[in-house]
Amino acid sequence: MAGWRGQADMAMKSTNQKAWFFVLPVVALVAFNALIPLMTVVNYSVQETFGNNVFFWEGVKWFEDVLHSERFHASLLRQLSFTGIILVIEIPLGVAIALTMPQKGFWVSVCLVLMALPLLIPWNVVGAMWNIFALPDIGLLGRMINGIGIDYNFTQDPTAAWFTTILMDVWHWTSLVVLLAYAGLRSIPDAYYQAAKIDGAGGWAVFRHIQLPKMKRVLTIAILLRFMDSFMIYTEPFVLTGGGPGNTTTFLSIDLVKIALGQFDLGPAAAMSLIYFLIVLLVCWVFYTLMMKDEDQ
Amino acid sequence: MKNAKWLVPTIYILFLMLPIYWLLNMSFKTTNEILGSFTLWPQEFTFENYIAIFTDSTWYTGYLNSVNYVVINTLISVSAALPAAYAFSRYKFLGDKHLFFWLLTNRMAPPAVFALPFFQLYSAANLFDTPIAVALAHGLFNIPLAVWILEGFMSGVPKELDETAYVDGYSFPRFFVKIFMPTIAAGIGVTAFFCFMFSWVELLLAKTLTSVAAKPIAAVMTRTASTSGYELGLLAAAGALTIIPGAIVIYFVRNHIAKGFALGRV
Repeated sequence: MAGWRGQADMAMKSTNQKAWFFVLPVVALVAFNALIPLMTVVNYSVQETFGNNVFFWEGVKWFEDVLHSERFHASLLRQLSFTGIILVIEIPLGVAIALTMPQKGFWVSVCLVLMALPLLIPWNVVGAMWNIFALPDIGLLGRMINGIGIDYNFTQDPTAAWFTTILMDVWHWTSLVVLLAYAGLRSIPDAYYQAAKIDGAGGWAVFRHIQLPKMKRVLTIAILLRFMDSFMIYTEPFVLTGGGPGNTTTFLSIDLVKIALGQFDLGPAAAMSLIYFLIVLLVCWVFYTLMMKDEDQ
Repeated sequence: MKNAKWLVPTIYILFLMLPIYWLLNMSFKTTNEILGSFTLWPQEFTFENYIAIFTDSTWYTGYLNSVNYVVINTLISVSAALPAAYAFSRYKFLGDKHLFFWLLTNRMAPPAVFALPFFQLYSAANLFDTPIAVALAHGLFNIPLAVWILEGFMSGVPKELDETAYVDGYSFPRFFVKIFMPTIAAGIGVTAFFCFMFSWVELLLAKTLTSVAAKPIAAVMTRTASTSGYELGLLAAAGALTIIPGAIVIYFVRNHIAKGFALGRV
């Protein structure tokens, strides 16, 4: 969007209301998928049903219930902790790997292809793969950790379950940060490095004053994407731990599906959906606005 | 220090490969060996699991179903996004910024929020259990993504190209297909790659919108995991096979990916 690039090329755009015709197919397709289901959710969120399509008006009762429910607070807290932890690990790790990747030649392709591989594995396969990789009796990881004398069983112990879930997410998504950061690094002209050399700048100075500023935009996008996707995570932890042991790895989406499809409590589930969606939207909107402001300067 | 630089990516790649290796290892073992002993490579090497998948129609139609809706989704997303991205990259129009942000918000919608309403919507539209339903539903996040990536590539093309074509007497559709699309071919490739990727890996919506006829491979796997006991070897083989389409696609677009990311659109 224009805002991403600032004023310079906005001036080149001409006003043409007929452009709406170009946008129409996209608007129609997305609106069909987004607006009708969203209205369904809103509809459920203010009503009570006892089946047979009989509904009673409930007003904002479900919203109050959800906002005051300890269960929701607990899942939200787990969700925020999980997203926080994986961002703190994946972003610096991804940058470090991008900085040490080869610059040109045959090995670049090898690195890119192998690193992109986890991104293209269906999410339930990722969960299943990590399940058999980490099981204490038949899994390589489980055997190794138990082998060095640490008692490890992610199906019983909450700490081990969290450790495994986070390690799985790092395995699954760090490559996205690597690819983005690498692309940002490749866009720095050689002249910058030569100038730094003449000025006698050390490795840290080059990173701090040349590489980091040049990566700023792609890193913002990496953080935004990782925030959104980790906040919506469902399939991988569901297959790996099933939300357990107990409720210890029940993140927001898992909890929501439990309420909506498991217990069929449509009202509370719909209210929770809307609160959930609003949280994601709010964070992204703040981020988007900050980013546009930054670009405009 | 400088010579040790290659260690970091090497260790990282080894870490990435370990679970995949373990999956492959399992897929060539018999169920007895998996449960009976702990071995770093198959002692009784067997293709049994793979043969079971290729001879059982519920398994291989699962793959065909998945490929089917992924391809339909990619086609719909890219072809709808092409004119829209052109409009966003070339013109100002009423509500353009708000529209763009609204499109992006759909990329942020948790699929879990939409699972149940989608089921009702597509049942009402008589599309339940068809590949079209899954392809359209995945459009919720893939179409905004496609517009976003394509707009980035199109904005990189100078406007003089459009103007020269008009002077040369090209009509708009002819210019778009004959000149503009070849110019951004790399961008279309990258966009198709990401649409393919996000549709291929998604399970929650795909599973909700299908029951028998259009069941994706991922859902067939969950069924095996839950009902027919502990057939880990079979599950591992099915999982290993789902990696192949992705690997083929990555291989073809490997040089374009970095370029697509460089434009900052994913």
